[in-house]
Amino acid sequence: MAKQVNPAAAAELFILQDQIHEPMHDRFLWATMQRRHAEAGAMPEWEELREIASKIKEHTLTHLDHYLEEFEANATKRGAHVHWALDASDHNQIVYSILQDHGVTELIKSKSMLQEECQMTPFLQQRGIKVIESDLGERIQQLDGQPPSHIVFPCIHKTRKDVAQLFARTIGTDPNNEDPHFLTEEMRNNARPRFLSAGAGMTGGNFAIAETGTFMVCTNEGNADIGAAVPPLHIASIGIEKMIPRVEDMGVFLRLLARSAEGAPLTQYSSHFTGPRKGGELHIVLVDNGRSRRLGMPDFWHSLKCIRCGACMNTCPVYRRSGGLAYGATYSGPIGVILDPTFDEFKYSELPFHSSLCGSCTEVCPVKIDISDQILKWRRVMAAKGYLPLVKKLSFAVAGHIFAHPAEYHVVEKTTEPAMSYAPHFLLYNRTLNPWVRDRELPQPAKKTFREWYLANRSKHGNVTQ
Amino acid sequence: METSHSNRETILNAIRSNLPKVPVEHPGIRTFQRPAGDLKAMFEQRLKEAGGAAHDLGSVPEAESKIILLHPDATVICSVVPEIAGTRRAENVRDPHELADVDVGVVRAQFGVAESGAVWVTQEDLVVDALGFLSQHLIVLLDPKQIVSDMHAAYRRVRLHETAFGCFMMGPSATADVEATLVHGAQGARSLNLFFL
Repeated sequence: MAKQVNPAAAAELFILQDQIHEPMHDRFLWATMQRRHAEAGAMPEWEELREIASKIKEHTLTHLDHYLEEFEANATKRGAHVHWALDASDHNQIVYSILQDHGVTELIKSKSMLQEECQMTPFLQQRGIKVIESDLGERIQQLDGQPPSHIVFPCIHKTRKDVAQLFARTIGTDPNNEDPHFLTEEMRNNARPRFLSAGAGMTGGNFAIAETGTFMVCTNEGNADIGAAVPPLHIASIGIEKMIPRVEDMGVFLRLLARSAEGAPLTQYSSHFTGPRKGGELHIVLVDNGRSRRLGMPDFWHSLKCIRCGACMNTCPVYRRSGGLAYGATYSGPIGVILDPTFDEFKYSELPFHSSLCGSCTEVCPVKIDISDQILKWRRVMAAKGYLPLVKKLSFAVAGHIFAHPAEYHVVEKTTEPAMSYAPHFLLYNRTLNPWVRDRELPQPAKKTFREWYLANRSKHGNVTQ
Repeated sequence: METSHSNRETILNAIRSNLPKVPVEHPGIRTFQRPAGDLKAMFEQRLKEAGGAAHDLGSVPEAESKIILLHPDATVICSVVPEIAGTRRAENVRDPHELADVDVGVVRAQFGVAESGAVWVTQEDLVVDALGFLSQHLIVLLDPKQIVSDMHAAYRRVRLHETAFGCFMMGPSATADVEATLVHGAQGARSLNLFFL
């Protein structure tokens, strides 16, 4: 059985390493969020578009078999080879066979969370295939032996100094030149020959359009396009939940995606692949890997609507302070909290507690996934399975009893240290058990309870019975 | 694919048995009213924000001198448009690797999108897809009358069933992966100059 990940302990390492990384991370992501708010606020139909996008995704998912068949038929008609992978190892094996059939030993890939999820790169490398990430952030993470920490900004947790030192160590640049322009240029020049020598290019897919058998890929660097346009073979890995019915639907999703992700109207490149390019060969691997099972989970199937914009991460006060690597999983942040346990409930049983349940993620999600509600539901699942960590078991045992007995609740509420007395103080402030408190003060309990305030100020206008 | 055939049935059957109980209708997409405005001005503003630049050019000779002015050191100018000769024609390229040394690629976009500053180019417009991405710099010609307001209108114009590759290109290649600092020319074109012509 896989070991439980401990996000609070890992977050602590991120926060306490110095006074630079965590504030920078927090600041960058919050600035991204401000740009998102400006773009969303400037569009009168924003909320309506979210609702439409949510419904299109729900429609597609409740007819998923139909749309997958339609996509397959149309992509095949256009000359693409369509493969179906049950799980991660199946996906990796299919990709490996295609590469072997073509005698490919060097592969240039663009960013794909699905390929991360399948752990494809180590699988191929163990079999002698050289795999190079072409997205700058992903390449930085690959050179550092780390997974991406954010689904859109893979190395957002690193400073320019970190990158300069990494490049000095791995590609021989000047360790003292920390200018992002210089570092980007160095990687451009390092990557260029690899694009030209690669036998295959791999991409993911942001959306797959059933009506035409098209899949589309969004990037800012144009790296996916070079990978698809230069090597003779293009392999795309696409999760089965990425279907959308018609070309017309894309207008809704592209208006939401980059605005939510980075506060821009689009990514620099929004590329549509319909069958192989002139002189090329195209393989599409449709991957299940637990998605069909998730579709059958009444509380959690809405998570399949996700379009991987990362807005929930950027807005999350816990994510911004923890860094993505703290989640110890392919998907981090609020969306990770609700996706990861579907892969391994025990291993990721701590994640649903790595949240303040503030609900901001739900508010910004462009496809209206009820993320914070699902986080709460996952807590219940973990509690029912007995996966609660010790500190929470003890606290909740006290709190659970009190919340279950309103009369006692009011008594406790009135005591001198009300808010904190549900959970014994020694548990809340025990540094070994609860690493969060080491650099945090819990708020001072209010002098007056909300109930007292409400009864004094509002009850004559309402219908509260005393 | 023999090995995948049973996988296909397994996945589709798993989906069918797990489909949520209540099917959801497609909501339909209504037409959104656009405030009246100058689409070209909006397009230019957005293109600028995306790191590109638009130029009003009256004639082909003007365009030719503008290319030289913008890229005085360019030795390989690969053009696919009839108006601009360039030093190499993409029509004669057999393998995309031949485009690795292109300094400036010259293409014509089918239309622009005002709300983003993006232009739509297809495999037919690029002749060789790689021209749009291996070129160090891009010159994109656009008829100023061919600008639509938003992505809804844009997707009504694209004909995905007729082209293997189509791209909304919004300015040059960009990244903000190092300390969220915006840098142009990450992997694709370092600059994108758009000529209204």
